[in-house]
Amino acid sequence: MHDHTPNHDAAHVRLQIVSNPLLNSGAREMVASMAKRMGFADESAHQIALAVDEALCNVEHHGYRRDTTQPIWISLFAIGGLASSTGQQSPTTGIKVVIEDEARQVDPDSIKSRPLDEIRPGGLGVHIIREVMDQVIYEKRSASGKGMRLTMIKLKPAESAGTTPHAPQHPGAHP
Amino acid sequence: MSNPALTISSRTERGSRVIAPVGDVDLNAAPTLKAHLRTAHGEMAAGSRLVIDLAGVPYMDSSGLATLVESMQASRRTGFDLKLCNLAPRVRAIFEIAKLNRVFTIVPTLDDALAT
Repeated sequence: MHDHTPNHDAAHVRLQIVSNPLLNSGAREMVASMAKRMGFADESAHQIALAVDEALCNVEHHGYRRDTTQPIWISLFAIGGLASSTGQQSPTTGIKVVIEDEARQVDPDSIKSRPLDEIRPGGLGVHIIREVMDQVIYEKRSASGKGMRLTMIKLKPAESAGTTPHAPQHPGAHP
Repeated sequence: MSNPALTISSRTERGSRVIAPVGDVDLNAAPTLKAHLRTAHGEMAAGSRLVIDLAGVPYMDSSGLATLVESMQASRRTGFDLKLCNLAPRVRAIFEIAKLNRVFTIVPTLDDALAT
């Protein structure tokens, strides 16, 4: 049997859940907690968790079409690395979050938020993700026709102020 | 954002229907709130008032926003007044990100919402 598990050995944190919305609260709490450990302020950590929550909602609702049994992987990378001991100043300059699934593939260019002047339910998740994160990349995981990957980067304010968000250079970076 | 269960109370106060969810309103909980609000929509008359008191909601995502947008659409169809009150800062922030703070009538307190 082919192993679809993503190869993210370099991730600092990796979580696999099934596509059940009941688990989203636990996943976002984990993400917020880890972001704070990496030195993000409470509000930034909350925004990162919100983006992850919205991404999970999209995978569960649209990707897997409410099938609650399918796998989702959440990988966190501390850009710049982690402090080696308690009390050491965190070298982390940002966080990269990668969310992968085995759901049906869609054209990444078709993943857009709806115009905000259209007042109707739904379609806001992508807008929220793009609004709170510095860099957002949707891509197909493979040419086999299955699975999407969302890579999101949030830089700490000092690094993001007045700069163009950039992809981190470390062993876990995606192409 | 630690309460995956959602409880909802409903009462009439100063002539207004007040619905007060308690818990996170996310993809898991939004259907519960949506069902409750749909029942309430069916009982609202033109000129009446529905207040959604969000004092007990520490977290909301776009699923919650979508549920409340549905309430707004019902209020426009039927002609009842819809007000939101007691938004936690993080809940208010998501309204602002989605620019929905310009669309909903959001007031600070329940007293404000019930004032004529």
